[in-house]
Amino acid sequence: MAWTGKILRVNLTSGSVKQEALNMDWAQTYLGQRGLATKYLVEEIDPKCDPLGPDNKLIMATGPLTGTMASTGGRYSVICKSPLTGCVACSNSGGFIGAELKNAGWDMIIFEGKSKKPVYLYVENDKAELLPADKIWGTSVWATDEWLHKKHQDPALRIAAVGRSAENGCLYSAVINDLHRAAGRSGVGTVMASKNLKAVAVRGTAGVGNIKDPKRFMQATTEAKQVLAENAVTGQGLPTYGTQVLMNVINEIGALPTRNMREVQFEGAHKISAEAMAEPRKSDGKANLTTNAGCFGCTIACGRISTIDRTHFTIENKPQYWGNSGGLEYEAAWAMGTDTGIDDLDAVTYANFICNEDGMDPITFGATVAAAMELYEAGVIGDKETGGIAFKFGNAQALAKAAEMVATGEGFGKDLALGSKKLCEKYGRPELSMTVKGQEFPAYDPRGIQGMGLAYATSNRGACHLRGYTVASEVLGIPEKTDPLVTDGKAGLVKAFQDATAAFDSSGLCIFTSFAWTLENVAPQLDAACAGGWSPERLAEVGERIWNMEREFNLEAGMKASDDTLPKRLTTEKANTGPAEGKVNGLSAMLPEYYELRGWSKDGKPTDKTRQRLGL
Amino acid sequence: MRITLKLYASLGELLPPGAHENAARVEVANSATLNEIIDQYRVPRELAHLVLINGFFACEEDRDKPGRLREGDTLAIWPPVAGGDVRCRSRAGYTEPHR
Repeated sequence: MAWTGKILRVNLTSGSVKQEALNMDWAQTYLGQRGLATKYLVEEIDPKCDPLGPDNKLIMATGPLTGTMASTGGRYSVICKSPLTGCVACSNSGGFIGAELKNAGWDMIIFEGKSKKPVYLYVENDKAELLPADKIWGTSVWATDEWLHKKHQDPALRIAAVGRSAENGCLYSAVINDLHRAAGRSGVGTVMASKNLKAVAVRGTAGVGNIKDPKRFMQATTEAKQVLAENAVTGQGLPTYGTQVLMNVINEIGALPTRNMREVQFEGAHKISAEAMAEPRKSDGKANLTTNAGCFGCTIACGRISTIDRTHFTIENKPQYWGNSGGLEYEAAWAMGTDTGIDDLDAVTYANFICNEDGMDPITFGATVAAAMELYEAGVIGDKETGGIAFKFGNAQALAKAAEMVATGEGFGKDLALGSKKLCEKYGRPELSMTVKGQEFPAYDPRGIQGMGLAYATSNRGACHLRGYTVASEVLGIPEKTDPLVTDGKAGLVKAFQDATAAFDSSGLCIFTSFAWTLENVAPQLDAACAGGWSPERLAEVGERIWNMEREFNLEAGMKASDDTLPKRLTTEKANTGPAEGKVNGLSAMLPEYYELRGWSKDGKPTDKTRQRLGL
Repeated sequence: MRITLKLYASLGELLPPGAHENAARVEVANSATLNEIIDQYRVPRELAHLVLINGFFACEEDRDKPGRLREGDTLAIWPPVAGGDVRCRSRAGYTEPHR
């Protein structure tokens, strides 16, 4: 079975905590985690509801392989309607809490309503209760984690929490688990805080013992682990260099969005790259990178654990930051480094620490700082708005201060907490926000990687690299090399990546396995664990069903085909250097073919035939 | 001719003395193929995985063809940690570095 068959439904308005049976028909058609929880969400909420009102729901969901011996089987997702985009939000995180929740005997937790007072949910196997959080409201994720561990006197307790940024209404707050792993994007933490829910603390000792065919499962997971170990990316590249190995690659191919995406190559890229993280600093002789780290059950271990030089201006006289924390990952290093023109590795690491400590999405945070810098340099905002801080590209002091101000909701931090779309609208320059559907871009310029333009424009949660990572094919040759500078064939490539990713995200496994695995490697593991007969073809169909379900939710929430677009900068301002010099993104050449391949009408709606085929 | 050679990740230590930020200006024969340069700097061929000329992808089969490089070009190389298929068969051609 692999599913526990149990859901915890928590009504924060009434304070009730009830067990209910998982809808197993839906589990067969939507699998788990992203797919299954989104099914519950679309069935239970009005797509037009206020994302920060009591009618929105927040679901924490595991997949069928979460908590099992499958490699990377530690994932969980947080699903709700996003306050940043108005679209469906689904943010995936590793660490250990997903596996802990599954080991406590739960497939998912559905939070509904809004508590009158701050609370946290404490789960110990079958026992689950809401407890007062007055003493931790107004404190950081790190302080909350420490308080809960002390209170319950259980070092093995796994905790997911929101920080002060979420309490203050920052629209891109994350839910942080295990101190530095994040359900990062689209403001899922903001929704959690809007419900006066500070944290979820879980202890599970029941195990995941309901595997359909344990012997076959052991064989399938062992074989799949061998594939990861023998693949150069998952076996050597990611553990040694992390995702940060991409910084110099993407810069070299001329697709590294720089200074609010004005340029496509950054002269300081090397200084904030994986190679630089491993080099001993001149100041203290130590490297920024302390070690790599793995999430529950992971045999890749791509995570970065870093330490800042104690004499660096960001943490001088701040011993609370002298220890290590998670990061830098590539997207965070790009957003807070390249996109702001900052090449001070320790300053970017510090901003990342603050994002961990108080729960901000570093991609949207960094890109919003970049937009503010362009507004500042254009004279649209000045010292009056920023509180005297020179928001110039390359100013590491401004970045550090910005992180602190968003974390605490002080001064200009209130503006930065809006995200770049609302920030740029507020100051009359909406075109300077580098967003799709209100969510900021990650670290791949679609002028230099054409398929990513289509992937961003059509992503169901706004601009995102984790909804269809055609970079794998266009740059790295996974599973097959395609030319990043052409639009031909990219519609099919984007659709295939989107559908497969939705299946991975619903299984309990990490998408990074897909550098080595295809659905051919996932299916045998799922089939041995779960009832129902799981083939690669069926998984692709489940992925396509999920994609269309998310799309329909967004359409009902008010999104239109005209929202499947890119900022004008990317379709009208040509790349100024590198292989893509002279190019813009050719979205208009790809989008009609994409709609056709998806079985959507010209106005971007799934046709009746498509809905019938997918059982929607 | 002089080119800029960039060796990344574990290959960085193979760069000549004086290299800065994984890059060095080096002298190579005018007719040198990519594989000859790879050999010249003692990069094991099986570790020369992702190869870019001025940022443009150079597939495996092109590495023995002379005339791929020009004076002032940048040749950047990563080991297999950064990638998958580098064969030419998966597509008829790629955008060339000297369009």
